[in-house]
Amino acid sequence: MSVNSNSTAEPMPTSPSFRLKGGLFPLTLLEVTHYERQVFEQDLRNKVAEAPAFFQQAPVIISLEQFIDQGAALPLAELQQLCRDYGLIPVALRCGDEAIKQQALSLGMALMPEGRVKADVIKAEEVVEPEAVVANEPAAVSAEQAQPIPSANKIITTPIRSGQQVYAAGGDLIVMASVSAGAEVLADGNIHIYGALRGRALAGVRGDTSARIFCQSLEAELISIAGNFKLDEDLKGEYWKKSIQAAMSDQTLSITPLI
Amino acid sequence: MAKIIVVTSGKGGVGKTTTSAAISSGLALRGHKTVVIDFDIGLRNLDIIMNCERRVVYDFVNVIHGEATLRQALIRDKRTENLFILPASQTRDKDVLTEEGVEKVLNDLAADGFEYIICDSPAGIEHGAFMALYFADMAIVVANPEVSSVRDSDRILGILQSKSRRAERGERVEECLLLTRYNPERVARGEMLGVDDVEEILATKLLGVIPESESVLKASNQGIPVIYDEESKAGQAYKDAVARLLGEEVEHRFLVVEHKGLFQRLFGRGV
Repeated sequence: MSVNSNSTAEPMPTSPSFRLKGGLFPLTLLEVTHYERQVFEQDLRNKVAEAPAFFQQAPVIISLEQFIDQGAALPLAELQQLCRDYGLIPVALRCGDEAIKQQALSLGMALMPEGRVKADVIKAEEVVEPEAVVANEPAAVSAEQAQPIPSANKIITTPIRSGQQVYAAGGDLIVMASVSAGAEVLADGNIHIYGALRGRALAGVRGDTSARIFCQSLEAELISIAGNFKLDEDLKGEYWKKSIQAAMSDQTLSITPLI
Repeated sequence: MAKIIVVTSGKGGVGKTTTSAAISSGLALRGHKTVVIDFDIGLRNLDIIMNCERRVVYDFVNVIHGEATLRQALIRDKRTENLFILPASQTRDKDVLTEEGVEKVLNDLAADGFEYIICDSPAGIEHGAFMALYFADMAIVVANPEVSSVRDSDRILGILQSKSRRAERGERVEECLLLTRYNPERVARGEMLGVDDVEEILATKLLGVIPESESVLKASNQGIPVIYDEESKAGQAYKDAVARLLGEEVEHRFLVVEHKGLFQRLFGRGV
């Protein structure tokens, strides 16, 4: 059954009961290196003891990219059940041979294509790190076929009024007007304001310290990059009401003029 | 097809009811069948400003509840023949205003041949103000040249853009700004926000600037909307605003300090 995504559908006479939208969601990868039932279960138990809060219906993707013997018969159903017993819910599989992929499909797991993950994996020792995974727009055929991702950047052309809040998840925010006092703009990426910034701007809200804020007139109540913020009293220096960019430099939030 | 215009502000006491009375009178004087509705349930003022408080038999809420017909509740203005007033209830609560109820009244008024329906909003951003702006085609946002008023107007502009019925349909409410109680002398002294400052902050088309005037209080006490006062600067400014509303190009007056001659200073009175 083919499903039309909203961006290509003809205007519908009545409103549809659902919409398909691209999104970016942080998801944990469970990278299996080797598997033996008792050992795996013990490892799970140890992990739960370390971080019990994480193991509450947490969705995970089973990755076999680091699996030692790819061809070996990995009892996927058993692995999946063990995970569920300990509060993890395997939702998709990545890598593995055809046989494993068939098992995954019959278990109702999705198949994630390789190489579509943002290269943000921090391989800390025993900790499973969350990774951003792109959610594909499903098409008529299986999920293995890569689909074009809708841009996560948001463009707003009207002023952002007091009391309004705009969040560009997974991308940059571009505002082609001013941001009023009492308004708030946030982005996982950069924030570009082609106007005056009189409200609050928070860039890199998921921790991206390379994010920047650009505006044509700095009159902000607060600016922040990855949690490092400055209030208007700190900003009322030589760059007040000027065209600036704000970026992290040496762990401090610094303001520099835009040419 | 009736045009529904809401007169709103966010902030209280900036001149919404004064403006609703003046503008609806102005439109009626220009020959357009106009009705002005008071949405301030429980704190009704429109009837006082228009000198018909003793003629209120049935009100807006009675009509919504089917206790009276529109014909019975509408009050015909004694001065201008095209003008009608639908007063608010003084004894009920704002919650009695329902979307369906308000919609029906507006549709019935349109069917009755009214060209302009002016909705006088209460202050705030709660239910009463929301009902007044929800069905609007056009919004006159009233603000004083003062920071808290401008901030509240900004807020109400945001609500108009996102929560009105037009916004829900992906259309826009036509917004314009009316700056009231403007005092060019204080602006020149730097004590008051100027027109340019307010326009920059609100980024909204300017409908008019009404200068601070003693005639406004007089008008309210007498129950004669200030637009009837030919000598009053505020009255004249409202006349200009109505003209702009009807699509005419009119220069903004009373924006700069007037230099009075000696005679005027000795014998003239502030109007």
